[in-house]
Amino acid sequence: MPRHQPATPAKQHIRPMPVGWWLKRTSYFLFMMRELTCVFVGGYALFLLMLVARIGEPDAFAALLEHPGSLVFHVLALPFVLYHTITWFNVTPKALVIYRGEEKVNPVIIAGANYVGWIVVSVALIWIAWIAIGSA
Amino acid sequence: MELLTHDILIVGGGGAGLRAAIAIGEENPKLSVGVVSKVYPMRSHTVSAEGGAAAVIKPNDSIENHIYDTISGADWLADQDVVETFVNQAPEEMIQLEHWGCPWSREPDGSVAVRPFGGMKIERTWFAADKTGFHMLHALFQTALKYDNITRYDECFATKLLVHDGRCLGVTALELQTGQLLPIAGKAVILCTGGGGRIFPFTTNAAIKNGDGMALAYRAGVALKDMEFVQYHPTGLPGTGILITEASRGEGGILLNKDGRRYLQDYDLGEPFDVTSPEHPRKRTMELGPRDRLSQAFELERQKGLTLKGEYGDYVHLDVTHMGQKKINKKIPFVRELCRNYVGIDPVHEFIPVRPVIHYMMGGVHTNVDGETPMPGLYAAGECACGSLNGANRLGSNSLTELLVFGARAARAAVKYTESLGDFPQSELLAQAQDEQARIRERYFKPGDGKGKESIAAIRTAMNDTMEDGAGIYRTDESLRKTSEILRELKERAKNVELADHSLSFNTELTAALELEYMLDIAESLAHSALARTESRGSHQRTDHPQRDDDNFLKHSLAYQTDGDPRIEYLDVVITKWPPGERVYGSK
Amino acid sequence: MAASNTTTSNAVVTMDVFRYEPDASELPRMQRYTVPFREDWVVLDALNHIKDEIDGTLSFRWSCRMGVCGSCGMMVNGEPRLTCNSFLRDYYPNPIRVEPLSYFPVIRDLIINLDHFLDKLEEVKAWLIPAEDRELSEGEYRQSPAQLAQYKQFSMCINCMLCYAACPAYGHHSEFIGPAALALAQRYNMDSRDGASDERADVIFSEEGIWDCTFVGECARVCPKNVDPASAIQQAKVEATKDFFKSVLVPWGKRQQPAESR
Repeated sequence: MPRHQPATPAKQHIRPMPVGWWLKRTSYFLFMMRELTCVFVGGYALFLLMLVARIGEPDAFAALLEHPGSLVFHVLALPFVLYHTITWFNVTPKALVIYRGEEKVNPVIIAGANYVGWIVVSVALIWIAWIAIGSA
Repeated sequence: MELLTHDILIVGGGGAGLRAAIAIGEENPKLSVGVVSKVYPMRSHTVSAEGGAAAVIKPNDSIENHIYDTISGADWLADQDVVETFVNQAPEEMIQLEHWGCPWSREPDGSVAVRPFGGMKIERTWFAADKTGFHMLHALFQTALKYDNITRYDECFATKLLVHDGRCLGVTALELQTGQLLPIAGKAVILCTGGGGRIFPFTTNAAIKNGDGMALAYRAGVALKDMEFVQYHPTGLPGTGILITEASRGEGGILLNKDGRRYLQDYDLGEPFDVTSPEHPRKRTMELGPRDRLSQAFELERQKGLTLKGEYGDYVHLDVTHMGQKKINKKIPFVRELCRNYVGIDPVHEFIPVRPVIHYMMGGVHTNVDGETPMPGLYAAGECACGSLNGANRLGSNSLTELLVFGARAARAAVKYTESLGDFPQSELLAQAQDEQARIRERYFKPGDGKGKESIAAIRTAMNDTMEDGAGIYRTDESLRKTSEILRELKERAKNVELADHSLSFNTELTAALELEYMLDIAESLAHSALARTESRGSHQRTDHPQRDDDNFLKHSLAYQTDGDPRIEYLDVVITKWPPGERVYGSK
Repeated sequence: MAASNTTTSNAVVTMDVFRYEPDASELPRMQRYTVPFREDWVVLDALNHIKDEIDGTLSFRWSCRMGVCGSCGMMVNGEPRLTCNSFLRDYYPNPIRVEPLSYFPVIRDLIINLDHFLDKLEEVKAWLIPAEDRELSEGEYRQSPAQLAQYKQFSMCINCMLCYAACPAYGHHSEFIGPAALALAQRYNMDSRDGASDERADVIFSEEGIWDCTFVGECARVCPKNVDPASAIQQAKVEATKDFFKSVLVPWGKRQQPAESR
């Protein structure tokens, strides 16, 4: 359906986006932080790939992990990766909407399932590590 | 100035206008259609309709039932051939809208659900929760988007009909963005501009409902029919006039006076059943009586001192608390939202304050069953038209269906009409448009002398007040004469309105002034039509003539504009199979 | 109307209103008005009071005054709001700053240009394209209440544009189809009667489509009708991703391209 357009377009005022727009609202700030800190998530993925490359060489594997640079990187990346993890967990109910008949399944349950899974996997990993350390 | 041309021009982009535009697209995609609307189509007032749209679909219902409910609701002032055509075509139109995606509420088996409305023998109102008009309008608008032969003129305000050799051939419209006056020609013009509830102070109607199309036709010499019949909806919020849908009563809501009594039983509307009874709510009884009778009962109750008093006048209570939260959320969620937002109460636990409020004009541009006016090339559909479907009182939930049935019919008739027409008389139409531009410039853009300057708002308020005082639920010869007199004065005063805004870009002060002139014209036709009808029928109640008078007034009134008071003529009502009878509600 | 009984007489509220009059000046300015304070007045009532009693030159859009026509969206103290649903009492006694919706071009005062939104609505084919044709004589399509519930929320959009005014992605890139138009496209994709999600995919899954959304989530927060466009977009992203993997891993499971859109 085409729309009629004025023979001479009306004058319009365009408001430029202010440079500090992302400081004006908490949600904007949090969003910008997510954008900026995603390099750490990417960096950690790279690091994992490097570990995978050394999987057949236990010494090199350990050396990479024990390297001071790697420790510093882990400390730095942890809070940001946590931040992204929480974001993703909280987004899940938006992307995954489940209906039971006419009623939506409560988004808290869907997000909550993520957290429960996270805790279960973490506990399991710690337990395996505990056993591994004990047997070493 | 350049003449813009289309085969068919539609003024108004609400339900009727969009249905008409689509009908032309379906009928003949080669025809070019222009839709001129003073607001973006999806802002049109159709959007505010809540409860539903009537059409016979269920096996327990019948065409005969719907016809009878409409005719008796209309107090026998409806043309019965028109009613028959409407009722027969209604189901098809409603199914068509379903095929276009309207999200109708459903039964568990997937068929469309229906609910009861006032004045109905059987439940037959299709609904999309309680935002039926909203969903219908958006379904129509979104469907219309796919037609390349329809051109939208968004935010273009029609100021005048272009008429040549007695034929209507277009409009002039103010392009609000630029302030330019556009001459837009069409071999046929369909007015779909809605009603003019804003002439009254308390109305469910949106700000844009100023009777534009009615006034355009009236000024061009076309009669306005049955203008004295204006529907009060029994349940609007005091103060704002926001509509609380009849569906709230269809789903079981009850009306209570200040003593908690279901007062409708005292006004010949039958005996109440307890809200827990499976018989409640009973059709055509008590809260499901017709709108005119319920509004009149409120007024009589008020005179007895049995209503409640509030800052915005008297009111009664609408009680839906027994429905419970779950049903309220499912069936009337918008009612809950409106009450929480605008009254600060939750209808799950509290009573809703309500009072009668101006809702719908049965009258309008005189048309036949195909939307044709007496002027060749001019058509009208929807609330701005009076095709004599609604008579003296419209049956609740017929108006949304009316938009579809008559929007489509007017379009098809216009398509047929334009087939025989040749080229436009370009120079004549342009000359008329230039005159119109000069008139507007002269009238509104010349710096005034500042003497006797009148304000738009003051005149509008005075008009609102005198309409409510003299032409409200109950009227008398004296009250109507006084209102007519005041309206005449206001029309004089309106000539001295001076604008502070002389800019071209989106001049809403100019449109407010033009709208005021439209409203004063239709208010005048209303008051004089009401004065001339010395009987009581449907929504027109004369305390000095309390009886219906079929011998003299089984007739439509036709108001024509003159230099002085409007001239009122009459036209016989078409009666086919349903002789005038008594309106009985609440019988066993 | 309990609230209105506590109306404070003589109380006033200060309104700072954005003015842009292209016929008079290239530049916008702020104008201060003082209006009576009433408990039951919304910001729109105050604007109408200014228009009727103080300054007839102030221009803004409004119509239904009950939150359903979508005309009266503006920035109220920096927040996109329907002014018919923003009560003075929630700001009083502080001044109220009223500006046109962010990121849109301004035509006059508080009036924005939203033409591009309607073009986008057409681009995404926001109308029902039936999976199977049905004659009128065959009656309605069957749709269970559960199937209706799937898309109902997205069909509640009143096109008020508040979500665009809250979306920095749209602010940076006005070609972004944006929350409301994407939600409406998704509304039809999820309608059991519709069969054209493939036809819409090219536009929806494009750069200007869902992938311009960086999930700020503000659209969902400011929406006055709880449409949750953010959720619509995330759901579409899941679909797009599934689609991508299907086309890579199972080439024969690739979505069917309608002939005319290629």
